[in-house]
Amino acid sequence: MAKPRTTSPRTPSSTKAAKPEIMSGAAVILRALKDQGVEVVFGYPGGAVLPIYDEIFKQNAIRHILVRHEQAAVHAAEGYARSTGKVGCVLVTSGPGATNAVTGLTDALMDSIPIVCLTGQVATHLIGNDAFQEADTTGITRPCTKHNYLVKDPEKLAEVMHEAFYVARSGRPGPVVIDLPKDIQFADCPYTNAKDKEPKSYRPQVAGDDSAIEKAVELIAKAKRPIFYGGGGLINAGPKASKLFGEFVRKTGYPATLTLMGLGAYPASDRQFLGMLGMHGTYEANLAMHDCDVMVCIGARFDDRVTGALSGFSPNSKKIHVDIDPSSINKNVAVDVPIVGDAATVLEQMLAVWKAKSYKPDEKALAAWWRQIDGWRSRKCLAFTPSVKEIKPQQAIQRLFEKTRGMDCYITTEVGQHQMWAAQYFGFDEPNRWMTSGGLGTMGYGFPSAMGVQIAHPDALVIDISGEASFLMNMQEMSTMRQYGLPVKAFIINNQWMGMVRQWQELIHGKRYSESYSEALPDFVKLAEAFGGVGLRATRADELDDLIDEMIATPHPVLADICVTKEENCFPMIPSGRAHNEMILSPSDQEQQTVTDKGMALV
Amino acid sequence: MTTTDQPIARHTIAVLVANEPGVLARVIGLFSGRGYNIESLTVSEVDEVNARSRITIVTSGTPMVIEQIKAQLARLVPVYDVHDLTMEGPHVGREMALVKIRNTGDKRIESLRIADTFRARAIDSTLESFVFELTGDTGKIDAFIDLMVSLGEVEVSRTGVVAIARGEHVHMPLVRKAKAKRRAKKGADE
Ligand SMILES: Cc1ncc(C[n+]2csc(CCOP(=O)(O)OP(=O)(O)O)c2C)c(N)n1
Ligand SMILES: [Mg+2]
Repeated sequence: MAKPRTTSPRTPSSTKAAKPEIMSGAAVILRALKDQGVEVVFGYPGGAVLPIYDEIFKQNAIRHILVRHEQAAVHAAEGYARSTGKVGCVLVTSGPGATNAVTGLTDALMDSIPIVCLTGQVATHLIGNDAFQEADTTGITRPCTKHNYLVKDPEKLAEVMHEAFYVARSGRPGPVVIDLPKDIQFADCPYTNAKDKEPKSYRPQVAGDDSAIEKAVELIAKAKRPIFYGGGGLINAGPKASKLFGEFVRKTGYPATLTLMGLGAYPASDRQFLGMLGMHGTYEANLAMHDCDVMVCIGARFDDRVTGALSGFSPNSKKIHVDIDPSSINKNVAVDVPIVGDAATVLEQMLAVWKAKSYKPDEKALAAWWRQIDGWRSRKCLAFTPSVKEIKPQQAIQRLFEKTRGMDCYITTEVGQHQMWAAQYFGFDEPNRWMTSGGLGTMGYGFPSAMGVQIAHPDALVIDISGEASFLMNMQEMSTMRQYGLPVKAFIINNQWMGMVRQWQELIHGKRYSESYSEALPDFVKLAEAFGGVGLRATRADELDDLIDEMIATPHPVLADICVTKEENCFPMIPSGRAHNEMILSPSDQEQQTVTDKGMALV
Repeated sequence: MTTTDQPIARHTIAVLVANEPGVLARVIGLFSGRGYNIESLTVSEVDEVNARSRITIVTSGTPMVIEQIKAQLARLVPVYDVHDLTMEGPHVGREMALVKIRNTGDKRIESLRIADTFRARAIDSTLESFVFELTGDTGKIDAFIDLMVSLGEVEVSRTGVVAIARGEHVHMPLVRKAKAKRRAKKGADE
């Protein structure tokens, strides 16, 4: 199997090698960042990166944001990247700086977020000697990066810097680490701007195969019970991909569902949108997936959270799968029409075929399909009874959504029930507005990520929908926000439990709530004040709206402690090991639905 | 649609990679991290001027897993090309073995005779031992070793399979010009 090549013409190599300038390695690094258009670096200093910090001191083009933990630096860069479409940039020291970044790198790998992370390293002659603050950074990060480099040759520094950015943003984006020994930072290095140089061995395929596209479009046109299933790839392919996806969906009149990572790629407010699918997806989205006859998957990867039990996954459909990463195709689910390519490019090709062949959907079949879907919809799987006294978590998020409608608003989340409620009750009409840790499910992602979003969009309203347990994992970033005047809002759904853990224990471990109670919580209002921010609290439903208004109006970092009902469960839910058509809709279903032995072993 | 009921088959895969530090670790890490099977893996630089190495991997899996392996290999940044020799038509695969056997008397004579039928060469000898050098496909080497084991104490070193497609088609040509100057060897691959 030949490695796919781009169909775009190769960049001419005629950029006649101008005589390279000689400068220190650290200067080369800064210069390359500048030439790559980097505006901001999230970082934390240490011995092995001091020469780079010295260069940062001497210039103004690139802004450095001093985080309080290296994990947060990577998450901040992820938030920055995901909300702008640019590459996020991180700078950390050797040893502990690099190991602290590992969770962030893994998170970025799983969610395909373009990151370039510069790590300091001990001098080349000390590598392998267990020197002070030495870690085998390229060894440790090899499985959690898209690619990594250890620069040992001053001649190669400039080229590696530029290649790293190319690799991070091209094809399926991902994190790239450049490990930089301290002596290289001091060494005389030649600098040439190799900005557009592509490594010969990495040229992802952008355009889809024409005959596969024709076959796919014909299948789509002849479908009787079709569904569009979009994912994070639509977001990564840029706003154009979402626009084209919307165009195709509307042109056909077919229903569409999105994964957790894809939310915003199609307007949530549109009638053709069935909501998110998967473990906590809507009844109508999951049943439509189960019963469809043609599934059009674009930029999603048939993740286990999405498919449920593979044996019962959409048993009677023809499946079309568009993905830039050939290894995502036919991995979990065998598909009928695989198409390797960029989501935007392939959608453009598909639309062109649809128009050229003057395809029309089968209106009669489609009407019947929509009647069936509307039947599922009428179950109102997300309905809940708002409480008048206590605050229901769903209600808190729904009110937050209502009150921020029409505002220039970005949402990040932590991981747990609140994350799923946010995905269910906060509607996104545009891409790049929703930042969440999908693949890795990293508690502590949301708050630093929001910080990165706020840096990129200083005037926007940036809210981390958080859980009280997750918040404690990266709360030190309050200090960073205070330092840079970043008015990020943490909207903490405080149920005093690691709610998602408690829910699973209730469901499959006989209500034995082992170590899932959030004991000895801090007073979040005082905590906010201690950091120089603003703390707010609501304990009753009638305080909720006022709190949200006040929070939005506060031009400082805010911790909003939303004390919600404690034992609410997140529904609908496909228990692990079950198929899409075996959803639990309510607590009463829950009693009857037992998890299979096989399902017990799944996460 | 699940992978479980598909037949498992053995495939020989050739991978052309940049000969740079860590590339072998990437390939091996991919196999161990994703739970793929490695039956044999060989690697050596094949093009000094352009710093390219060729890795031959013998692995086994269901068709879906084999597709995965190839796609995962192909997306590694330093990988230039991936060829599934088993899928692409007839190919030849060979490995070399050095087999040391310790024995005396009749058994010693018998081992020499068998070595002769297998076209194994004795490349070292004492009064109580031989080292045989043998090339062939995996089956031939397995058979030879089985016979030797019944004739004495045996120690084996094998290279693992190197393979190439039969026929005139050159799948992964050396891009080096014939006259290019040979550089001084720059140290091992890993
Ligand atoms: C770093 C990390 N550790 C552990 C987990 C496992 N985990 C998933 S959800 C969860 C509980 C989260 O609690 P909280 O933040 O209060 O959110 P809630 O579910 O209550 O809304 C835990 C521990 C995780 N996802 N990430
Ligand atoms: Mg909680």
